[in-house]
Amino acid sequence: MIVFLLSVIIIVASGFAALVTRRSNSLSTFLGVGGVCAGSLIGLIPTFNVLIHGSRLSLHLPWHFAWGSFFVEIDPLSSFFLIPVFGVSILTAVYGAGYLQHYRQTHLLGVHWFFFNLLVAGMAMVAVAGNGVLFLISWEVMSLAPFFLVTFHSDQSKVQHAGWVYLVATHLGAIFLLVFFLLMGVNSGSMDFDHFNPSGYHHLSLLFLLAVIGFGSKSGFIPFHVWLPEAHPAAPSHVSALMSGVMIKMGIYGLFRSLVLLGVPSVGWGYVFIGIGLISGIAGVTFALAQHDLKRLLAYHSVENIGIISIGIGIGMLGLSWDNPVLVVMGMGGALLHVLNHSLFKSLLFLGAGSVQHASGTLEIEHMGGLLKRMPITGMTFLVGAAAICGLPPLNGFISEFLIYQGSVYGSMFLEGATVGAMPAVIAGLALIGGLAAICFTKAFGIVFLGTARREKGVSVRESRLSMKIPMLILSALCLLCGLLGADILKTAAPVLNMVTMNRFLDAIPLELIKAANSLRSVTWVFAGLILILTGLIFFRKWLLSKRYVQEGVTWDCGYIRPTSRMQYTASSFVQPVTGFFRNILQTRNIVSPPHGLFPTKVSLTTKTPDVFEKKFYSPLFEGTKRILFGLRWIQQGRIQLYIAYIVITLIILLIWKVR
Amino acid sequence: MNNWIDLLIILLILSNFVMLGSSRLAVCIRTLAIQGILLGILPLMIDRQDLVLHTTLVSIGALIIKGIVFPWLLFKVLRRIGIRREIEPFVGYVPSLFIGLAGLIVSLYIGSKLDFPAPESVADVIPLSLFSILAGLFLLTTRKKALSMVMGYLVLENGIYAFGSVVLNKVPVIVELGVLLDALVAVFIMGIATYHINREFDHIDVNRLDNLKG
Amino acid sequence: MMTYWSHQSISPVISAIFLAPLLFGVINWIKAFLSGRRGAPWLQPYFDLWKLMRKSAVYSRTTTWIFRAGPLVGLGAILTAAMIMPMGNIPALVSFPGDFVLFAYLLALGRFFTIIAALDTGSSFQGMGASREAYFSALSEPALLLALTAVARRTGSNSLSGMYEVLSSGSWALVSPAMVLVFIAIFIVFLTENARIPVDDPTTHLELTMIHEVMVLDHGGPDLAFINYGAALKMWILGQLLIGIVNPVHTGIMWLNQTISIVVSLSGPAIAVGLIEFSMARLRLKRVPQLLVAAGIFSVLALIMELR
Repeated sequence: MIVFLLSVIIIVASGFAALVTRRSNSLSTFLGVGGVCAGSLIGLIPTFNVLIHGSRLSLHLPWHFAWGSFFVEIDPLSSFFLIPVFGVSILTAVYGAGYLQHYRQTHLLGVHWFFFNLLVAGMAMVAVAGNGVLFLISWEVMSLAPFFLVTFHSDQSKVQHAGWVYLVATHLGAIFLLVFFLLMGVNSGSMDFDHFNPSGYHHLSLLFLLAVIGFGSKSGFIPFHVWLPEAHPAAPSHVSALMSGVMIKMGIYGLFRSLVLLGVPSVGWGYVFIGIGLISGIAGVTFALAQHDLKRLLAYHSVENIGIISIGIGIGMLGLSWDNPVLVVMGMGGALLHVLNHSLFKSLLFLGAGSVQHASGTLEIEHMGGLLKRMPITGMTFLVGAAAICGLPPLNGFISEFLIYQGSVYGSMFLEGATVGAMPAVIAGLALIGGLAAICFTKAFGIVFLGTARREKGVSVRESRLSMKIPMLILSALCLLCGLLGADILKTAAPVLNMVTMNRFLDAIPLELIKAANSLRSVTWVFAGLILILTGLIFFRKWLLSKRYVQEGVTWDCGYIRPTSRMQYTASSFVQPVTGFFRNILQTRNIVSPPHGLFPTKVSLTTKTPDVFEKKFYSPLFEGTKRILFGLRWIQQGRIQLYIAYIVITLIILLIWKVR
Repeated sequence: MNNWIDLLIILLILSNFVMLGSSRLAVCIRTLAIQGILLGILPLMIDRQDLVLHTTLVSIGALIIKGIVFPWLLFKVLRRIGIRREIEPFVGYVPSLFIGLAGLIVSLYIGSKLDFPAPESVADVIPLSLFSILAGLFLLTTRKKALSMVMGYLVLENGIYAFGSVVLNKVPVIVELGVLLDALVAVFIMGIATYHINREFDHIDVNRLDNLKG
Repeated sequence: MMTYWSHQSISPVISAIFLAPLLFGVINWIKAFLSGRRGAPWLQPYFDLWKLMRKSAVYSRTTTWIFRAGPLVGLGAILTAAMIMPMGNIPALVSFPGDFVLFAYLLALGRFFTIIAALDTGSSFQGMGASREAYFSALSEPALLLALTAVARRTGSNSLSGMYEVLSSGSWALVSPAMVLVFIAIFIVFLTENARIPVDDPTTHLELTMIHEVMVLDHGGPDLAFINYGAALKMWILGQLLIGIVNPVHTGIMWLNQTISIVVSLSGPAIAVGLIEFSMARLRLKRVPQLLVAAGIFSVLALIMELR
C-alpha cells in the first residue's frame, strides 16, 4: 500500500515541480511527463499484485477532522479500474509531450502538466478511497483539474463555454454524490466504507437514484451527457483521450462501488440500468452519426459505449436479484471487460483525432480526405480503433459485447415470465447500435482518411512525430491482444465479480466463468482462423498477380473526364439516409440556399444537429433560473453600506430564530 | 391444435401492422377484408368443443358484414371520390410501425396482468384485441383522410369484437348481432358523409374541416 | 460444448467452398428458363471466376492499401463465417454457445471493409452505394439476431449447429407459426444481405440505382474474382439458415443426408430467388427500410410467440 501511496505522491510532486519550473517549457514537460510515467509504473505493481492474487491491500490512519479515518484500500474492484488509470495515463502523457510541442511558444506547459498530474492522481485516489470524505475530496480534484485542462485554449470563446458547461455539469453531479455519502454516513455513524451498513435504511432506492444521477453525470448517461460533446472537442487531444478513456469510467467505478455498498439490488434497479443503457446507447450513436466534428462524434460514441456498459451492469444486477450466476458473469463480466476495452480504443481514437487535428488544422470532417497517404501510421491505428469500437472481430470490442449478447441470449432462452422482455430488447438494441456504429465509423474513417483531400490544406499534411505515434501503435496492438486474450482477461475478473456479488456465488461464479471463458476461447480460435485465412488470401493474390502486370489508372467516374476532389461523397450525404430515418429524434436543421437561374453559381447546404437534450431541456431550465434570479438583481446596488446592512439584518433574523 | 389459433392471432396482428404501415387505401381496405374474415373464423376456432348454433350464427354474420359488406362499401366510396393514397399523415409510416410495436408490447403487458376468466387456449386473444383497439385509436388520431379514419374506426371495432369472441358463449346472440348492425350503420353514415365532404370541398382532409368555423 | 471435430463436420465447409458459385449458375438458369430463354450453362460462374483470376489488375491512383484489403477481408470474413455454419443437422466445423452473434459480426466485418474500400476510390457513385449498403444492413442486423434468438428459444440450444440439429431432426414437429415468422424474417434478411430484388437489382445498368454493384465498380481482375466468389459464398451460407428451418432430412444414412442437403441447398434458394426476380420489380429505395422494419417486426412477433 505504501508503494501505491508513493506512486501517487510522485505524480503529485512532479506536478508541483512542473508548476515551479513553468518558465522553462521543456524542463516542466520533462518533469510532468516523467512523473506521470514513473509514478504510474510504480503504481501498477501493487495493482497487478492485488488483481492476480485476489487479495486486498489497505491502510488505516487516524484522521482528525472528519468522521472515520484516512482509509485507503486496493481491493480487486479498485485494481481493475486502476489498470486503465495508470496504463492510459502513461500513454496519453507521452503523446501529450509530443502534442504540446506545437504550443511551446505560446503557452505555459508547466501549468498544464500540473493539472494533468493532479487529474491522474485524483483518479488513482478515487479508485482506492475507502472513506466517504476522502472519496469526495479526490472526486473534486479529479473533477476540477480537467476544467483547467479543457480550457487550454482559453482565448477561444467556444472553449470557455465548453469549460463552463463541464464545470456546471460536474458540480451538479457532485451535489448528488455529497447527499449520497452524507445519507450513508449519517445512517451508519461513520464515513468509512467498511462501516457502511445500509440495511437499516428504508429508502435504499433513493440512495440508488442519487448514486445513478451523481455517478451517471460523470459517466455521461443520457440525459446527463451534455458536457461530453462540449468538453471533448475543446480539450487538447491527449486530455480528451484520458477523460473519455478513463475519467468517465470512474463514474462506472463509483456505480460498482455503490452497488457493493448498497447490497443486493432489487429487480427494478436492473431495469433502470438496462433502460438507461439502451437509451444512451442508441441515442448516443444516433447523435454521433449526425456530427461533422471528429471529436464531437467520438464524444457521442463515449455516451454510446457507456450505454453498453450500463446494459451489462443491468443484466448482471438482474442476475444478482434473481440469484442467477450466469447472468451475473455474462453481464457484469461483459461490462468490466468493456470498461477496459473502451479505455483502450477510445483513447486510441482520440489520440488519432488529435494527430489529424494537428496535421490538418481542423476537426471538420467535411474538409478532410486522403489523409491515409500522408499519415499512414495514424490512419492505420485509427482504423484499428474504429473497427474495435464497432465490435468487429478479431479485436477487443467484440469480446465484451459478445459476453453481454450471450447474457441476454441466455436470458431470452431460459427465463420465464413477462420480465424476460428486457432480454430480447437488449439483443435488438445492441445489434442496432452495432450497425449504426459501423455506419458512423466507416464515415469517420472513410471521409477523413480515404479518397482525396477536399481542401488545399490537406496536401501539405505531414505525419505526426514519433512520441505521438508510439502510444497509438501500443494502443492498437493492445486492442488486438485483448481481442485474442479475452478468455484470460475474463478469468482475472473472477475476484472482482465475487466482490460485486458480495461473495454470494462463491462456487457458481468460477464455474460459470470457465464456461464463458471456454466460449471466448472458441471465439479466439475463430479469430485465429480468420487471421490465417486472411494471410493465405494475401499470398494467394500476390501469387496470382506475380505473373501479371499491375497498372495504375483513374477512378471510374461514369465517363466524366474531369472529376475534382469536391465531387466526392461527403460525410453528410453518406449518413443522410440514416439521419432521415431518425429525423424525429435528431431534429437536424438544414440551411439551404438553392440554385437560381440558368447558370447557378452559388449554392450551399449546411446541416446542424444540436443536442436535443441541451436545447429542449437544459437551456430552458437554465434560462428560466436566470430569469428568476434576475428578478433579485435589485438587491445588488453597489453600495458598501447596503451590504453591511444586509449582513446586520441577516444576523438579527438568525438571532431571533435562535432564541425563539 | 393451439397452433391454428396462434396462426390466426399472428395474421391478425400482422394485418394491423399492414394497416399502420401502408399508404395505399386500396391495400388497407383489402387488409380490412382479410381481417374481417379471420375474425369471423376466430370464434369457431375457440369454441371447437361445443360448436353451437349461436356461435356459428355470429361467426357467419361477422364474416359477411366485416369481410364482405364493409370492404365493398369502402371500395365504392373509394371509387366515387377517386383518391388512391393517404398523403402525409401526421405520423410517418415507419414511425407508425415502431409505435405499433410499442403498442403491441404494452398490450401484451396489460394482457398478462389482466385477470380475465378466459380458457388457457385463448389467452392471447386479449392482447390481440387490446392491440387492435390501440391501433385503431392510433389510426383515428393520426390519419388525415376521412376514409382512413373510417378504417381506423373499423380496426377499433374489430378489436372490441375479438374481445367479445372470447366470451361469446356467455353473451346473448342478439347483443353481438346488434353490435354488428350498429357498426354497419356507422359505416354507411360515414361513407355517405365522406362522399359529401369530398363533393363540397374537393378533398377529404379532415384536418381542414376547421375552415367551417365561423 | 466447445469445439468438436468429426469427419462429417468438414462437409458443410467443403460443399460451401466448392458449390457456392453453382448457386449463382442455377439462379441465372432458372431466371432465363422462366422468361423463356435458354440460360447460360450452370458452370458459367466458375468460368467467370477462372477468367477473372487470370487477369491483370488496374488500381486507381486515388486508392490506398484499404482498397486492396477490401476484397480480401470481405472474402476472408465470409470464409470464416462458413466455418461456423452447419448444413442442416450436420454440425459445423466449430460451434460454441452464442456463435450466431459471431456469425453476424463476421458478416459485419466483411461489409465494413467493402464499404471503406468503396470510399477509398473517392468516387461519389461508390460513396452512394456504400451509404445505402451500410444503412440497410444496420436495419437488417437486429432482425437477423432476433430471429435466431427465437430459434434458440425454440430449440433450447444457443449455437447454430445445435439449433439446426434440433430443427432438422424434428421432422416438422417443431413447426409452429413462430417458425414461419422466423423464416420470413430471415428470408428478407437473406435478400437484403445478398443484394437481390426487391432490395437491390444485381443486373441493373445505371450506377445511380445500384447498391452493392456500384460499390465494387472499381475492382477488377483477381479482386473482382474474390468479390464475386465471396458474394456466392455469402448467399450459400445465408441460404443454409433458411434451408435448415424447412428441410427435415433425417434418413439416418449420412451420405444420403448430405446429398439431400446439398441438392436442397442448391435448388431451394435458387428457385425462391429466381421466382422472385422473375415476378417482381425492385422496391423504391425509400420503401426498403419499411421492408426491413417489417422483417424486424416478424422477428419480434416470433420471439413473443416463443417467450409466452
